[in-house]
Amino acid sequence: MQLPASHAVLDFSGYAVAVWLFLIGLYGIVSSRHLVHLCLSLTVVQASTYVLLVIIGYRPGLPAPVFTDGVQPGSPAVDPIVQALMLTDIVVEATVVALLLAITVRIHHSAGTADPKEVDMMRG
Amino acid sequence: MSRSWRLALFILGASGIAILFFLALRTVPSSNGLGDRYAQQINSRTFPERNITDAVTAVNFDYRGFDTVGEEFILFVSVLGSLLLLRMAEERKEKLLIDAAEPWRDVGPSDATRLWILSMIAPKVVFGMYIITHGQLTPGGGFQGGIVLASAALILYLGENFAVFRNVLSRALIEALEAAGAGGFLLIGMLSWFWGRPFLTDILPLGKAHELTSGGTIALISMATGLEVSAGFILLLYAFLQENLLPSGEK
Amino acid sequence: MLLIQLTILALVAISGTIVVLARDVASQPTVVSLFGLILALMFLVFQAPDVSLSQIVVGAVGLPLMILLTLAKLRRDAQILERKAQKEKSE
Repeated sequence: MQLPASHAVLDFSGYAVAVWLFLIGLYGIVSSRHLVHLCLSLTVVQASTYVLLVIIGYRPGLPAPVFTDGVQPGSPAVDPIVQALMLTDIVVEATVVALLLAITVRIHHSAGTADPKEVDMMRG
Repeated sequence: MSRSWRLALFILGASGIAILFFLALRTVPSSNGLGDRYAQQINSRTFPERNITDAVTAVNFDYRGFDTVGEEFILFVSVLGSLLLLRMAEERKEKLLIDAAEPWRDVGPSDATRLWILSMIAPKVVFGMYIITHGQLTPGGGFQGGIVLASAALILYLGENFAVFRNVLSRALIEALEAAGAGGFLLIGMLSWFWGRPFLTDILPLGKAHELTSGGTIALISMATGLEVSAGFILLLYAFLQENLLPSGEK
Repeated sequence: MLLIQLTILALVAISGTIVVLARDVASQPTVVSLFGLILALMFLVFQAPDVSLSQIVVGAVGLPLMILLTLAKLRRDAQILERKAQKEKSE
């Protein structure tokens, strides 16, 4: 099936946004000055995977994989497996970020500061 | 390693990634063809095989149910970890002593805020339950509806204070509900063992399409997941709020 | 349709950059909430309503709430440590 050139543009920009988010999130983690900011840059890196998966699953012009309200069951639709992956991932990653924030609170309590550079964890 | 060295190393690595990315883009296949056959199979089979109109929920709880078991237990363990980490006994006593030295006046929300918030709790609970139970018909399911339910508990805290929140939602009850949700998922999966089928097979009667009982075990699993996710998030709230208790007791 | 999709992708990239470049922690909940909402819009535009539902509730309600509570706790802890240091100095 011959695809229009617009789909190539969408593909490219989707992948580009995913890589951009990944790199900028990594930059945030590397150069952060506060542990909470570090955890949230990790959120940005997670978002890059969501963008990548959405672009992979998308088919131009087709509706969502919910077969009610006029969309007949069996008609072509967007990829549902990728959406299932993303769906559980979003909820679970929020809980993991909560765990990371809990670790941040502990570090701040024992080290007195929330700056990653000042936290000297390998004290003997 | 000092900050500027770290940044320089990062920029080196990042430009490497960017260059490789642009080189790879020349030969990557178009996303329109990736995984097409598997998706088409699932899309054409959910309705005839399971009477479900929301393919994503069917994939989550039936076709790839085993992955969802893993994800749910990641959630369970993360909540457990946060609860453990934020449980500090001696620090609390220290804080109570210091707080008692200087009285802390808790200014609660205004009456208008309380009225608005408390009147929104019931619609949120109903909406959350609606999304959980209708997960197999329209977009929704256990994960989304569970968090909507947890947000109803959250605005109870925002409208009143922590003491009311603790009295309405006792912690032992929420912990029991979370365990029931997680264990319930596994038990429903194990039901199929009695019929000699593999774990998590859909063995209950499939019901009619467009009705709440369609899909057999998918509806039950969705409800168990909703229970677990909402109880898990309320426990997270507990973990983070544990310390903000007034010294002289409840207000 | 393609224009809307490209616009929303650009907005996602921009708000992601803002999340990283906003160093002041007190502004983090707002910025993260905005990023979550724009992501949810993107999911909607790309025909993924379930994911969008998930992202709205988590990214606009759950995550900023946890950040706020963490920041409140950090501030409380800092106050306690400060008072403890003052007490030790006065002894």
